[in-house]
Amino acid sequence: MSAARWRTAMNSGAGRAAMRGQTAAVALPRPGEAAISFPNLARHIGARHVVVLALLLVFPWVASPFVTYQVGAQALALGLIALSLTFLGGFGGMISLAQMTVAGIAGYTLAIFGPVGASDAGVSLGWPWWLALAMAIVMATAAAAFIGWLSVRTEGIYTIMITLAVGVAFYYLCLQNYAVFNGFQGFQRVNPPQLFGINWRTPVPYYYLALFWALAGYFFVKYLLRTPFGIALQGIRDNPRRMNALGFNVTAHRIAAYAVAGVIAAVGGVLLVWYNGLITPGSVGTSWMINILIIAVLGGMRHPIGAFLGAIVFVLLQTFAIDLIDRERYNLVIGVVFLAIVLFSPDGLLGWWAPIRSKLTRNSSVQSTPTGGNR
Amino acid sequence: MTRFWRWLWTALIGIPILVFVVWAIWDNERLFFVTLLNGLTLSSLYFIVAAGFTLVFGLMRNVNLAHGSLYLLGGYIGFFVAQKTGWFVLALAAGFLGAAAAGLAMQVAVFRFMPGEDLRQTMVTIALSIIIADLLLWGLGATVHQMDAPEPLQGPMRGIPVINAYSTYRMTLLPIGIVIGVALWLFLNRTRVGMMIRAGVDDRSMLAASGVNVNLVFAVTFAIGAGLAGLGGVIGAVELSMVPGEDVRMLLASLIVVIVGGMGSVVGAALGAVILGVAETYGLAYAPTYSVVFTFVILVLVLAFRPRGILGRPA
Amino acid sequence: MRRTFVKTLVGAAVVAVFSSIAFAQSGKAVKIGLLATLEGPFAAGGADGMRGAELAIKERGGVVAGRKIELIKASSDAKPDVAVNATRKLVEQDKVDIMVGPLSGGEGIAVKEYSKTQPGVTFINGSSGAQATTLVNPSPNFFRFNTEGAQWMFGLGKAALDKGYKRVMVIAEDYAFPYSQVQGFMAEYCRLGGKVPVKAWVPLGGKDYSSVIARVPKDVDALVVVLGGADAVNFLNQYEAAGGDKPMVGGSITVSQDVLNYKGKRRDSLVGTIAGSPIADAYDGADFKKFVAAYQKAYPVSSGAYPSPSLFALVYYINMKAALDGLEAVKGDLSDGHKKYRQALSTMTLKTPTGNVKLDQNRQAIGSTFITEVVKDSKGNLYNRVLRKVDGIDQMLGMKPSEFKMGSRDEPNCP
Repeated sequence: MSAARWRTAMNSGAGRAAMRGQTAAVALPRPGEAAISFPNLARHIGARHVVVLALLLVFPWVASPFVTYQVGAQALALGLIALSLTFLGGFGGMISLAQMTVAGIAGYTLAIFGPVGASDAGVSLGWPWWLALAMAIVMATAAAAFIGWLSVRTEGIYTIMITLAVGVAFYYLCLQNYAVFNGFQGFQRVNPPQLFGINWRTPVPYYYLALFWALAGYFFVKYLLRTPFGIALQGIRDNPRRMNALGFNVTAHRIAAYAVAGVIAAVGGVLLVWYNGLITPGSVGTSWMINILIIAVLGGMRHPIGAFLGAIVFVLLQTFAIDLIDRERYNLVIGVVFLAIVLFSPDGLLGWWAPIRSKLTRNSSVQSTPTGGNR
Repeated sequence: MTRFWRWLWTALIGIPILVFVVWAIWDNERLFFVTLLNGLTLSSLYFIVAAGFTLVFGLMRNVNLAHGSLYLLGGYIGFFVAQKTGWFVLALAAGFLGAAAAGLAMQVAVFRFMPGEDLRQTMVTIALSIIIADLLLWGLGATVHQMDAPEPLQGPMRGIPVINAYSTYRMTLLPIGIVIGVALWLFLNRTRVGMMIRAGVDDRSMLAASGVNVNLVFAVTFAIGAGLAGLGGVIGAVELSMVPGEDVRMLLASLIVVIVGGMGSVVGAALGAVILGVAETYGLAYAPTYSVVFTFVILVLVLAFRPRGILGRPA
Repeated sequence: MRRTFVKTLVGAAVVAVFSSIAFAQSGKAVKIGLLATLEGPFAAGGADGMRGAELAIKERGGVVAGRKIELIKASSDAKPDVAVNATRKLVEQDKVDIMVGPLSGGEGIAVKEYSKTQPGVTFINGSSGAQATTLVNPSPNFFRFNTEGAQWMFGLGKAALDKGYKRVMVIAEDYAFPYSQVQGFMAEYCRLGGKVPVKAWVPLGGKDYSSVIARVPKDVDALVVVLGGADAVNFLNQYEAAGGDKPMVGGSITVSQDVLNYKGKRRDSLVGTIAGSPIADAYDGADFKKFVAAYQKAYPVSSGAYPSPSLFALVYYINMKAALDGLEAVKGDLSDGHKKYRQALSTMTLKTPTGNVKLDQNRQAIGSTFITEVVKDSKGNLYNRVLRKVDGIDQMLGMKPSEFKMGSRDEPNCP
């Protein structure tokens, strides 16, 4: 299961042919980067990382609390959920519409087991928050693995349908069940705990909480993509038969990918339920399931940062569209933007960046592989 | 060993169903048979819509998530044609043709340029479904559009043994579904284009290699598939009424039907439609609270044991 | 690639700064936020709700207590999280003083919870009618000047018995609003000796009612149908086609304008249907007639409005009127965290087109409802005739707080 073995496989003709198929647009890590480990990670932190991080840290001090919370923090939480889809779709080749469902399961579990909310429904079990939180992550991960197990048994294109169906099933379960999910009304007052004397619900602390987990998720995915597991996953994305022939257990890798994505989505789901302070069946309905896909595709699935880019654009549109156009036609705007991205820029917003960068780099140094990585 | 397992599974699924049937007939025979009829007639509508979906998928590997929007579009077109002319048959034709034209436009203008990119095609259909739904909402508002059944089919038919009265229009859904099923079968098995489509389902590249204009076959298939959605829309506009949101509902029904029955198989769509329709109506009649969840349990069970659906074949 | 991220962030920051400057003006104008549902199946109702609220502002010429009214609108899609996001934008970004909305029950509960985190803003309901909004964990700055789902149906139980319906079957959608509607009906109906042997709760979004129709027992006298808009039409159609002939008792949105006016053939079987509703087109109170005339003048049918105001228009109008009347009463004084204003809202007697409304200690309206009956006019059009107007209905439906329980699938129960 070594990275070298995988590279040999991909450098052959058949691997290249497969790359030009449906997922050809998605880049592979460069050979030089393929085997980094944590100790020399520092080498990879450049000036732009520092600048971005500084901006992210300063952001709440220049923006109003509202923008910090509704735009900044919401984008980070949604971005984290979309990141789980980027990981699955962009690097595992499996587009799952059920990532919002996984996030919703985490949110619901937190509400049901936790001390918060639901005093009106008498459903909540009142566990301490940290226990409920752990439970939420575990339940969501298990659910993600189950969804993965159901859908990876068939290939690619079935996945999108099966995950859509599973997601809608969960929506109806929440809607119809009062004993556990409190039905149509869901749960209110699902707030983060008071910790270290800080009210984590207030904009600035919540922003930093979301930022911490978003960064953690981002670097976790970046790291994971360079581990043997990540490399093998990308190999499976491009040519499952070959990887199978090489002795990889394709199904196990895929289910593991679902579980890993489940953890990320679960963290995002917890953040989102704290952000909203409530969870109802509407939070896990079809429109949100598709919104997560829109976010991921909007930003571009070629790189983990795309999820957050897409989330920022999505949230800005959602929040300020009413000032520019009629909110009534908001769906039309989102639909047209999504269509344009899918038709003309399959790599999402990231796709716009590639030609710009190649132009920039041409000036400074000669670099032969602008986007494709190791072909 | 396999035989033993098959028997075990048949028994595990069959015996509870049998027990239920015996109990239900003993408890209230009218309710049981009316529900059976309800289930079969609903299946008929599901079949008409899902057959189009599965046809398109089978040939082009295109998961058309805008299929529900075509259903809605066809229903609205049918409604307005019926309102203007008063002819139900004309409305049926208009619904079919309108949706077929929309489907044809989608294939010719968009999908033709992305052959083999099934994931991207699916994303396009998601975008289209959002756009079509909002355009329809914009143009027609959220008010209910309910079509009248043609005069002779209005009201109940009476004097049927056991169940007494039953909706005439709804009863006719059954023969309509069967006729369309048979017509589709004849078309696929007895005509030249049908043969090409079947050949394409089995092996696309081989079909192209043998000198057939694949783009034409694709366009025809997409038009027929979309047209069936539109036809279902007109039929559904009478029985279930047209209103925003119906598109998603019908899309989900189609998805479940084809996942359960087997992707790409028209016979599978019929089987899936019967399972879904009957399960849904019995669920509603006997355990309304969880009837919706119940259908998804069937879905999960089928996927767990037959990942390609009951009649699905390896791609 | 990461540089894109930088750019976007800078962009976001620029947008943020700009928008805060744009919105940071402070003048004499009083800012009112208005939230209704303009997307999805409730879109038609939401648009009419907006008309109603704007009508209340137009009546005052856009000025209250010498201050100009600045109205800022937002829309949701009937989902609680979207409603809270939209409300948060109005409150925290646009800095409204008073917030009017939202439209549906689930949204109402969520916005009520959000209002607790914004003690500086006064929240007034739009048309949401969930019982729990003011019964469970009420918020000190959330006011509701409209009666809710259960109150709307009070008095219908007696009317049904008067019509000779001794046993009825309930057919309703499976969520909080129909629960409260059914409770409003059954509370009185059961107390006076009526029986409800079967309740069919239809899952939300279900369109095929044939199974429910098959379950209608032979020995009931009428069907209590609490379905909204599209579903009501659908049910009626299927029930008629299946040969059903039992008379109907309707919920508040079952036989409203949009159902009587729906596209398609007029259903004569609706004639004789009694219903409970906070609005009755044919009510001949002078204030109501004035309200209808004003609505028709401001919003002709050609502009997409209804021929006569819908329930949403009336209820949004009432709540917006309450907000403005309260401001007038304190001469636009919103100082000291709206202390005087809220005092005025809590104690005032609001004159509405359908009678006077006062608030109870949970800031919930005590008001009137109509018992109506569908009849045919000389031209053959269907309309709702007023049988009776019931005044002074409180949220406990005439019960003691100790014996009152919120409506649910099994509450109340009298088989």
